[in-house]
Amino acid sequence: MSREPILSVEGLRVAIPSPRGIVEAVDGVSFGVASREVVGIVGESGCGKSMLAMSIMRLIPEPGRIVAGRVTLVGRDLLGLPEREMRKVRGSEIGMIFQDPSASLNPVMRIGRQIEETIEAHGGAVGSATRDRAIDMLRAVRIPEPAVRARDYPYQYSGGMRQRVVIAIGTANRPKLLIADEPTTALDVTVQAQIMDLLRAMNEETGTAIILITHNIALVSRFCARILVMYAGRIVESGPTADVFARPSHPYTAALLRAVPRVEARLREGLTAIEGRPPDLARKPSGCAYHPRCALRGDICVREAPPEIEVAAGRTARCWAAELGIVWKGSAPS
Amino acid sequence: MTTESNAILAARDLSVWFSARRPSVFAKRRWVRAVDGISLTVMAGETLGIVGESGCGKTTLGRTLVLLTRPTSGHVEFAGRELTALSSRTLRAARRRLQMIFQDPYASLDPRQAVEAIVGEPLRIVGIAAAKRRQRVAELLDLVGLGAETMRRLPREFSGGQRQRIGIARALAADPQLIICDEPLSALDVSVQAQIVNLLLRLQRELSLTYVFISHDLAVVRQIADRVAVMYLGTIVELAQTEQLFRAPRHPYSVALLSAVPTLATEGDTDPTPVLLSGDPPSPVNLPTGCRFHTRCWLREKLGNPAICAEQPPALAGDTMHQAACHFADETAAHAAPLLRPERAS
Repeated sequence: MSREPILSVEGLRVAIPSPRGIVEAVDGVSFGVASREVVGIVGESGCGKSMLAMSIMRLIPEPGRIVAGRVTLVGRDLLGLPEREMRKVRGSEIGMIFQDPSASLNPVMRIGRQIEETIEAHGGAVGSATRDRAIDMLRAVRIPEPAVRARDYPYQYSGGMRQRVVIAIGTANRPKLLIADEPTTALDVTVQAQIMDLLRAMNEETGTAIILITHNIALVSRFCARILVMYAGRIVESGPTADVFARPSHPYTAALLRAVPRVEARLREGLTAIEGRPPDLARKPSGCAYHPRCALRGDICVREAPPEIEVAAGRTARCWAAELGIVWKGSAPS
Repeated sequence: MTTESNAILAARDLSVWFSARRPSVFAKRRWVRAVDGISLTVMAGETLGIVGESGCGKTTLGRTLVLLTRPTSGHVEFAGRELTALSSRTLRAARRRLQMIFQDPYASLDPRQAVEAIVGEPLRIVGIAAAKRRQRVAELLDLVGLGAETMRRLPREFSGGQRQRIGIARALAADPQLIICDEPLSALDVSVQAQIVNLLLRLQRELSLTYVFISHDLAVVRQIADRVAVMYLGTIVELAQTEQLFRAPRHPYSVALLSAVPTLATEGDTDPTPVLLSGDPPSPVNLPTGCRFHTRCWLREKLGNPAICAEQPPALAGDTMHQAACHFADETAAHAAPLLRPERAS
């Protein structure tokens, strides 16, 4: 993180009123993204990772709202911007890709036109220049015969092609940052490989920084230099991906590594399930939110939430044991 | 029809063709060959994995094995009875111990019934008393990671993943002999997936269950399957003992599929996942001639596009441990090695 930071999130909190109480979807999250950096956010469904992404874009669905914190993009405070200004930031300075490409595309508008609209909305080009740019974008995301296929509607594309179009729209204005929320979860693995290859090429060629939000730890390990592990609305561990997976400092990270099936080998001892379930964010456990599922919990874990502890340069963990320098068994080098 | 004495389920020359939408009423009727001439045998007590990408026909095959979909042609035999020869009424009794876990259980959950009634339904049918039923439902709910306290809630109060778990609990309550599991883990949290995998394995040991496990998740299949069938465009292109398939795939499509699954990177190896396949599979309406994979085959290209690939459909060939449907299966390993990361090539 020696490079110039482009995104900075400090003490962000998101609360969503619900019949069960206030859901603290994002509960005091701080992190930064350097220019050109590729950061992974992993966690299970309901851990708040998508809410975190939405709050950076200020797109939290009602009645949720940001109750505290700061989000800064290249020195500009995004939370204080008027909505009109924020709209310009979205799509031009920050691009977005979501899990379901169909939800991001207009079903009754030609593919090419949808890309043109994004370019026009942010003053990228005009007239036939816009059309050429749109076709260039389709070519860049490897749509065959882009000039012809630009005239198609979304239903004429496969799921993988639609997601590539969403990437084209998300990157049409060369954003500084691209937030990809489970961009390949709905796709087949061979298509996932193609999409990740494309995102990697865009990162290398245009320097767009990427936040990849996913539950797939193997994908993060291949794609992201740095990782943030989220649990119950908080970042519980962060650091260089390979280092975190080799020597996790949070028991949840270690447990995930043992619980997730790996394609490389059949585990003789079977998978080690994490007992229990992720907590209801409206009724979080006292102290450390992971304590009901933690093998090593002590009295303090039940009483008091652990602070973010710096376990090594560039590595943090929210665990009382981490303060004692305890390192968990990580992925065995193969 | 089966020679193996411990075969519990067998399919012979099974085909399921759907009528495709015609461009106009005057156009010739066209067929989607979802399953096209598949024969396979499932042994009692084993887990047969069926893998492939969306549209390969694996879900249709699963539904046809329990005759939820009637085959266009071919035969299905379960526990010594030919299901395809039975009328609808006799079929129901014959396949009672042949259950299925669905991809989307919400479609089959009565929105007005509480979880207790939904999961307890198969128990009620076999006449288990209310108190015992409630206890069993509570156990099942705990097993699938929902918790017994959810018993009185309605399906709509659950997230998509939780609804999937209700469907799994209900299928398990039916005390089946063989379960066709169609993507049962896809909607579950990663930490809960392992619980369900371990649950399925434990139930298999305790109740001598047989599974046909249909999944796009190769990592899960490697953990639980004894044998794996790889499907591409309605046919089985490779059928092998699990470890044989994952260590030394013989069909170039299997190589491409396996190589696309990211492995956990280590500090010494953070190379990106190789990309061996581009584009999408061809439409099952206009199937390529010869080998169905030849239009996307990296091996064919390496071998200088031999004519046979586009002319003659290869048959599934090999020994009982490992079969592949490729004219050049013997050459796959040598040509795959340089395309993959070192640990993959071994």
